[in-house]
Amino acid sequence: MIPLSWYMILASILFAIGVCGFLTRRNIIIMFLSIELMLNAVNLNMVALSHFLESMDGQIFTFFIITVAAAEAAIGLGIAITLYRSRQTVNVDEINQLKG
Amino acid sequence: MMDTAMISWTAFEPILPEILLVCIALAVIGLDLFAEKQRQLLPWLTVLGCVTVLGMVAGVQNGSAFNGMFLTDSYASFFKIICLLGVIMTALMSEHSRRVEGEMQGEYYGLMLFSAVGMLIMASAGDLMILYLGLELMALSVYCLVGMHKNDPRTSEAAMKYFLMGGFASAILLFGMSLVYGLTGTTNIAKIGAITASGELLHNPALMAALGLMIVAFCFKVAVAPFHFWVPDVYEGAPTPITAFMSVGPKAAGFAVFGRVLMSGFPQFNDQWGTLLAVLALLTMAIGNITALSQRSIKRMLAYSAIAHAGYALLGILSGTAEGLSATMSYLLIYGFMNMGAFAVLILLSAPGNRHESLDDYKGLAKTNPVAAILMLIFMFSLTGIPPTAGFIGKFYLLKAALAAGYTMTVIGAVIFSAISAYFYLRVVRYMYMSEPQEQLDISYSPGISAVLGLALLGVIGLGLLPGAMIGRAASVLLGQ
Repeated sequence: MIPLSWYMILASILFAIGVCGFLTRRNIIIMFLSIELMLNAVNLNMVALSHFLESMDGQIFTFFIITVAAAEAAIGLGIAITLYRSRQTVNVDEINQLKG
Repeated sequence: MMDTAMISWTAFEPILPEILLVCIALAVIGLDLFAEKQRQLLPWLTVLGCVTVLGMVAGVQNGSAFNGMFLTDSYASFFKIICLLGVIMTALMSEHSRRVEGEMQGEYYGLMLFSAVGMLIMASAGDLMILYLGLELMALSVYCLVGMHKNDPRTSEAAMKYFLMGGFASAILLFGMSLVYGLTGTTNIAKIGAITASGELLHNPALMAALGLMIVAFCFKVAVAPFHFWVPDVYEGAPTPITAFMSVGPKAAGFAVFGRVLMSGFPQFNDQWGTLLAVLALLTMAIGNITALSQRSIKRMLAYSAIAHAGYALLGILSGTAEGLSATMSYLLIYGFMNMGAFAVLILLSAPGNRHESLDDYKGLAKTNPVAAILMLIFMFSLTGIPPTAGFIGKFYLLKAALAAGYTMTVIGAVIFSAISAYFYLRVVRYMYMSEPQEQLDISYSPGISAVLGLALLGVIGLGLLPGAMIGRAASVLLGQ
């Protein structure tokens, strides 16, 4: 049987990749994908812990996270489309009308 | 385990206000779809619904539902009242904006009500799962509201920035929650509190990391430095009524969960998070107040002022006492009134095609529109914290609570930065009263904006002169009761 720590190390690595991706990439879609990767790291953590703690809470939480992530994706892509229509770009460095 | 499948309908009694608010939101959307001619009634329906729910929330019994996942204590109902007042005032302002700019359709009010439901759930959350769901319901609705004017490229940019930062913060919050769940085996905040108080986890580095991640995420949500950088852009780009809404409702709800998680979930670690928050509060007040000095746009200045005020409100939470918590709650209520008032004046002056947000537009306002000028004067005095306005009372109790908890240096810093803030708040007053008017602004007082200004004025003056009732209600709060 695979020990719990392996799952948690994998989840931490995934989360770290997500954070790095969010902070370094400049394309909105990729930044958005990085957030999804972070959420999936959390899901992996939750499910693994739920199994090892023999409690259902973590798995129920995971269902909610997946559901909310779907809603978030719909809204995020919607905003990205309106932004692309007005600016013809999805690069955050070029989206800089607001500053000061 | 079969008998748990039985549903007892009385168990739903504590969430009746939330259910009613969801029904009103659906009714608003339905009315918008099927009765296009009656659209001008939507803001009033929103206000009516929120007032009803406000009455229900104010009269609700202390208790908990769903195995302690949903708490209806006086802490929750105080924050719910702040959030609902915010929604009511925003709906009234939007009614005015609709007359002037001709946008704001049914889904606008529907989304506002859904975000209100999210805030009520956050205030009542007794479980990390409910907390997350309330937070996302609120945040997802507000992302849409910010990007509502699809033709204005500034609002899409603001919505995108808000969305990315909000999503990032939520992911960080969840990772912290998953670690807490792993260490304590539960997601119930009160049970987490009992386990961390037992002392086994006192020096556990993983728990410290989890607590740190959650604090970072909450700081993002309530705009505490160094996680504040999205605030000025989002506040400036969003439609003005939504900016006012964001600075009151979601901020109060964010502080509600911030206080609940720290005070109820990690009371044993008060030394650690108290010191951390003291540093962050000082940094927040410094950045907010000093950057606001150089702003020429009033809307952007109010955004930086919102950051600074998040720093003040943090003073109550970091003290880690019931007294401090009640000071933060009173302050958020007062801040809601004075900030809504300032934004209402901003909306009052805006005209189609020109939002009149620049400081120069306020030159000589006292000569052309004396009523608007005197109102702005009162709200600016209150934001500075000058007696007899409510802003003074709020700050006084916050500083007192932080001082009693032993954070003397932070309190000294807060007073210094508060003095600095007088410069940019009173500069608006100087422009209004001591400069010559440049152009005549046409102002029309619609019923909606008059109601907001009246309410805000009543709140700022009333709570300033007679704070007893509010302080008493806030002080009656002991977590978990």
